[in-house]
Amino acid sequence: MNFILELVVSIFLLIGGGFILVGSIGLMRLPDFMMRLHAPTKATTLGMGGLLIASMILFTLREPGHISVHELLITIFLFITAPVSAHMMAKTALHQKLKMISRTRGQELIDPASQQLAPKQSLEQGNDGVSVKS
Amino acid sequence: MLSFTVIVVSIMVVVALILNLWRLFAGPDLADRLLALDTMYINSIALIILLGIWLGSTLYFEAALLIAMLGFVSTAALCKYLLRGDIIE
Amino acid sequence: MLAKPRFRWLPMPYHSILLFVTWLLLNNTVAPGHLVLGAFLAWGIPMLTSGLSHPQPALHKPIKTLRYALMVLGDIVTANLEVARQVLGPLDQLHPALVALPLDIEGDLPITLLASTVSLTPGTVSSEVSQCRKFLYIHALTMKDEAELIATIKQRYEKPLMEIFSC
Repeated sequence: MNFILELVVSIFLLIGGGFILVGSIGLMRLPDFMMRLHAPTKATTLGMGGLLIASMILFTLREPGHISVHELLITIFLFITAPVSAHMMAKTALHQKLKMISRTRGQELIDPASQQLAPKQSLEQGNDGVSVKS
Repeated sequence: MLSFTVIVVSIMVVVALILNLWRLFAGPDLADRLLALDTMYINSIALIILLGIWLGSTLYFEAALLIAMLGFVSTAALCKYLLRGDIIE
Repeated sequence: MLAKPRFRWLPMPYHSILLFVTWLLLNNTVAPGHLVLGAFLAWGIPMLTSGLSHPQPALHKPIKTLRYALMVLGDIVTANLEVARQVLGPLDQLHPALVALPLDIEGDLPITLLASTVSLTPGTVSSEVSQCRKFLYIHALTMKDEAELIATIKQRYEKPLMEIFSC
């Protein structure tokens, strides 16, 4: 029983740690800011979820009759705040007009997006998959 | 076995923190540094949770929750500062 | 729904339940003393703050909401593996794109929920909403076809949200 508990907790810990590492590798490797934003917001949040589930299982099953679920609070908090902070950072990047790598499609949308306007009618032209050089 | 896993995962999180630190110093723009800082907050929560598992204590939960809240609020405030040049309008 | 409280002494019932559960989770206990204190706080805080609340669209289908949350959770897990593969793989195969998603849902809360879902499910980050609340700008990590991406988001996430809020 104890061995199985440790095995399950270890698996969750390793999954969590792996995703956290992937998030930071993505933060280091990816070429421009908007792409970098993808890795930490998702992989790191999921990794934290894995670690907190491991902690929850361990402290609940370690001694019978003692339930420990308050890690749930951090998990829910992170899952609510991660998209909000990602949205705010993406907004900041758009308003500062950070350079995206040249093969990004739809770069003509940066201008209307940073002014919170609707896209112009040129939307259809970006549809055919031709990359727009910046 | 569990203590060994905790050490391995801690090493992974520390490596992740070092990569974030590199991005914090190297990041070409302010927004990159902001993103690195935000990720470092989350990774330090992970380290605190791992410390709690290592010591077998749930006392560190409050610290982790506080860091989570402070991290979110400071990221939001810094974004607002970069967007408007002002935090409280 | 919240503009005109149904019960005078319990102006925000859902918020009260949420506060009560959060208090118990925060203290990690179901001791009788904390039950009483939590119930008092869950009653007192909404009483003090209900005057500040904005009217929000009502949830019409609680079971569908739960199913939507579970579906999003499953999507987060399965599709994160995909992003991990993309991040660790060769970078020149990634084709990032900025897309304007025309919105059919209305109201601040549904749009916020859709934007959060889009941000959490891998491959896409919502980055801006147009002033007229008609377009959501999305950055995709790698995109094959713009129409396909928009159709997927509309079909998979926007439709259930529209049903939940019935707008």
